[in-house]
Amino acid sequence: MFLVELARGFWTTFRSMFERPVTISYPEVKRPVRERFRGRHELKRYGNGLEKCIGCSLCAAACPADAIFVEGAENTDEARYSPGERYASTYEINMLRCIFCGYCEDACPTEAIVLGHNYELSFTDRRQSVYTKDLLLVPVPPGGQPTPMRVAPGAFNQSIPLMKDPE
Amino acid sequence: MSPSLLVEWTIKSVVIVLMMLAGFAYLTLFERRVLARMQVRIGPNRAGPWGLLQPVADGIKLIFKEELIPAQADRLLFVLAPIVTVIPALILLAVIPIGPSITIGGRQISLGLADDVNVGVLYLSAVTSIAIYGIVLAGWSSNNKYALLGGIRSSAQMVSYELALGLVFVGPILLAGSMSLRHIVLDQEHLWYVVLQPIGFVVWLIASLAEVNRAPFDMPEAEQELTAGYHVEYSGMKFALFFMAEYVKMIAVSVIGATLFLGGYWGPFVERYPLLGPVYLFAKTVALIFLQLWARATLPRFRYDRLMAFGWKILLPLSLLNVVATAVLVVVGR
Repeated sequence: MFLVELARGFWTTFRSMFERPVTISYPEVKRPVRERFRGRHELKRYGNGLEKCIGCSLCAAACPADAIFVEGAENTDEARYSPGERYASTYEINMLRCIFCGYCEDACPTEAIVLGHNYELSFTDRRQSVYTKDLLLVPVPPGGQPTPMRVAPGAFNQSIPLMKDPE
Repeated sequence: MSPSLLVEWTIKSVVIVLMMLAGFAYLTLFERRVLARMQVRIGPNRAGPWGLLQPVADGIKLIFKEELIPAQADRLLFVLAPIVTVIPALILLAVIPIGPSITIGGRQISLGLADDVNVGVLYLSAVTSIAIYGIVLAGWSSNNKYALLGGIRSSAQMVSYELALGLVFVGPILLAGSMSLRHIVLDQEHLWYVVLQPIGFVVWLIASLAEVNRAPFDMPEAEQELTAGYHVEYSGMKFALFFMAEYVKMIAVSVIGATLFLGGYWGPFVERYPLLGPVYLFAKTVALIFLQLWARATLPRFRYDRLMAFGWKILLPLSLLNVVATAVLVVVGR
């Protein structure tokens, strides 16, 4: 009886030698993440290229790890960054502090900050852990213009813009 | 003693030691790949093609590691212990015939260093016993309770299983009527001893696993209970020496098993092409090593008291019975 069990055990390990390995060879093959995966943050833009962030600092207030630093500045019609009254002149996230909880995403009134799918955030220097605005900001979508853009006076007059893409 | 003989012996010794060291390096890779496949993984495949440079990378890493000696350790014994462990493992193969004699430049050269010495088997069991001292000394000199427990366990385990192992050696000795391993191999030209000694072979398989402290008898190391057993406090090259001793002994024990039970270097066409002998011995050794790895991948660790009970109450009587039966059969057969 004991010998039968022994043989069954040995047969199991021997058989599994000929199974396909479940290993995913990581740097070459990347496993897709879930849709709601919380990776590196991205600062989104509208379709015309204007930044969604209005520099309100609600994300920094919501952040439990105090990882976000935002400094706002006024938009003008000559140099317009966001459709609102203000924009983020400085936007920094310290990735050594961030715990990827996604509260900043929840706090954002304009859905400007979104946790993306990039999880490859290694760095070799503490200074590199601070991701600045130009690293976080997504590229201008096709058909859009880069910020700051010059717009007609009075085209944007709301302090908090509408949630849809401005025409 | 003629100078040419001295040169021949020196070359043979160097070749044997180098083969053991290369074997050790690639056995670690082989083990990791086999275990990985049995666990439906791939195993190390990054360093070099198919991970072939992995042992080199491991070696370089270990050389550059810091060598720590605990403050309360017995420094002399602490340094001595790995050396005492590794040397018996390396010199074990001196008495094994690796192949039949070959002729190079009109000179008859037997493949094997001292394979015709008439106390070959005795030498094997004597030398394997020395390795216990290394492990016990390592455990004691570290001044660490886990290391000490590992050392005590290993001494108890190795002494108990060495009895069974020694008695199993008696079978081939009786059949061949000689303690010389060359004679034992020559006697197996037509019939391997595994056919005549099935119980002996099985007992040898089990006892040799315990003798080299491999799973499922890896009680002296027992990561989960003793963190690593006798070599907890060792780092760098001193740890590498223990590691080397374990793997070199795995190879040595497999070569001994192949020699005693599986016909040593005998195989088809060895009479005509003597250089095939080492190839057959290598193949048999790899098969036995694979068996050891297979057991490691399959079986969980034994409980300590069961290990001792198994050794003393089952293995020892079984091997004694085997000796008596073999002796009777040899006398009747004659």
